[in-house]
Amino acid sequence: MRIRIEQRPEPSATMRIAAPVLASVLTLIVGSVFFASLGHDPLPTLYAFFIEPLSSMNGLSEWLLKASPLILIACGLAIGFRANVWNIGAEGQFTMGAIAASGVGLFWPNPDSALLLPLMFLAGMAAGMAWAAIPAFLRSRMNTNEILVTLMMTYIATLFLSYLVHGPWRDPAGFNYPQTALLPAAAMFQSFDPAYRVNSSIFITVVAVLLMWLFADRSFLGYKMSVSGAAPLAARYAGFRESAAVWIGLLAGGAAAGIAGMAEAAGPLGQLSPQISPGYGFAAIIVAFIGRLNAFGIVLGGLLMSLLFLGGEGVQMTLALPSALTRIFQGILLLFLLAADFFIFYRIRLVRPAPDAHAPETAR
Amino acid sequence: MELFIAIFTGTIIAATPLIFAALGELVVEKSGVLNLGIEGMMLMGAALAFWAVTAGYPMPVAILAGALAGAAASLLFGVLALTFLTNQYAAGLALAIFGSGVSAFIGRGFGSDPIEALHGVSMPILSDLPVLGPLLFRFDPLVYLALLMFVAISWFLYRTKAGLILRTIGESPQTSHAIGYPVIRIRYMAVLFGGLMAGLAGAYLSVAYTPLWVENMTAGKGWIALALVVFATWRPLRVLLGAWLFGGMTILQLQGQALGLQVPSELLSALPYLATIVVLVLISRNRQILALHFPASLAKPFRPAG
Repeated sequence: MRIRIEQRPEPSATMRIAAPVLASVLTLIVGSVFFASLGHDPLPTLYAFFIEPLSSMNGLSEWLLKASPLILIACGLAIGFRANVWNIGAEGQFTMGAIAASGVGLFWPNPDSALLLPLMFLAGMAAGMAWAAIPAFLRSRMNTNEILVTLMMTYIATLFLSYLVHGPWRDPAGFNYPQTALLPAAAMFQSFDPAYRVNSSIFITVVAVLLMWLFADRSFLGYKMSVSGAAPLAARYAGFRESAAVWIGLLAGGAAAGIAGMAEAAGPLGQLSPQISPGYGFAAIIVAFIGRLNAFGIVLGGLLMSLLFLGGEGVQMTLALPSALTRIFQGILLLFLLAADFFIFYRIRLVRPAPDAHAPETAR
Repeated sequence: MELFIAIFTGTIIAATPLIFAALGELVVEKSGVLNLGIEGMMLMGAALAFWAVTAGYPMPVAILAGALAGAAASLLFGVLALTFLTNQYAAGLALAIFGSGVSAFIGRGFGSDPIEALHGVSMPILSDLPVLGPLLFRFDPLVYLALLMFVAISWFLYRTKAGLILRTIGESPQTSHAIGYPVIRIRYMAVLFGGLMAGLAGAYLSVAYTPLWVENMTAGKGWIALALVVFATWRPLRVLLGAWLFGGMTILQLQGQALGLQVPSELLSALPYLATIVVLVLISRNRQILALHFPASLAKPFRPAG
């Protein structure tokens, strides 16, 4: 008997759904081994990591609060990923969105204006799109690799934020901390309940998910984008230009990330400081993949990923486990998911030793 | 003269991690595989080498540990991209994220105390020469190793049969497979070599360049190394020149800060990233130049038919 890998005649619909589940289970198993090797009893630790955060109202509020930007950004990124447009710089677009929105919130002449929040929304979205338009322009006109440019733009955005909060935008009454003044009340999203931080910006994410679903699965343009990603030549013959996919993909990602940055500034943050994101822009890439680049899959992926953030914070405080665990879990989850995807297209068979000599190349 | 020597030697040193990482990636890409995970592999190498030094192992062992950590990380990518035929962009990104997490985990107890850095060599007579001594003969051994690797890789790729086979696989894995070359196995070896070099680059950062541990201390150098390979249009000599160019940029930026230039330090710090974009634009515009040495099967998964 030997193990033989063969291509399925058709991609397996079952595995398409089972792969994320399988990846999650494997991640949990590796996580348990990891906890055990650190001298923590795995089961209680897993409980503390994944269940405890969801057992209180405050935990649920924080869960949604963190899932919202992840889902929002991932929806935007997925539109590009479907067309093979690799925007890896959502973190930078998020940062620029937060900067632009906070700028409006801090310096608008009438801080009580009811227009303030909508203006900040537009500013955040525009800034995120502008930051993504640069790699889009360079890719479509100059053939420049968008992965590298979006990443470099992220480093530049982070430095720009650092410059602002250390320099011209530093709060003079802030005891020399590198941070801006607090945003005025009219520039903040309302909490549903003063005791919890989750706020009305969550509706933006709900709308974004619906828009993403309508665009990607129900519109002709979205269909053409997917074709462009799966079969660029076919798309070109059909008269769909690659540069259209590049522009739409990057601008959608930039807009979503910029809005998420705005919502973060106008929500839980309330001001700018050098660290405004716990890595939402990068984690959203994983969310998009776990969600199969599909709107409702992304919702599940975002909830799972934000639970990882939350659990990581929790065990850091209660069990003194390192915060890097969150990123390790995220990475392992993505690695397993990518590997599990293999079984959508291939299956493993146990076969008797083949009598013919052609077998060894395909057998493993 | 003092300033010139400082800038020159600083450039060579700052370029060294880029040379290691970019040369390694060049070999990987020449075999037709795109590994975007350099940043993650470098961080793993940096963390493990630093850990080995603090644990009291001798310097060569620590550097080897860093290199092996990079190779181990690249194996993860290899399994995904070569055995499981995963989209290479996604697999590389996963490695970058994973490596940053694991390195932060390993480095959580390091604190911020510096370690004793890798020493410069002291060659009889040569190191004591005026001007030439400090310019050429007082670097740490890894600087010379980087140059040696440049020579070795250039020779391997263009003067050996194995190098020819590797390049053929990068052009057309189907044909190579039909001729009977073990495409997947050779790609695995290329990926492991790339990981080794990235780990070495990371080790250089943490035990020689800035002998202390800072989370995410690579600060994008892995991504800049990727850009260098494009900038070099997949040719080793241009990797070397490009690395020196970026090294020079880094040093001028540091010198500028030291001299108290009247510009925000953040602007100076952004220069290497801006330069990367500018250089990428300049080189990418000319599609003919890019196509000339571009490995035709780059980032396309391959599975032997049958």
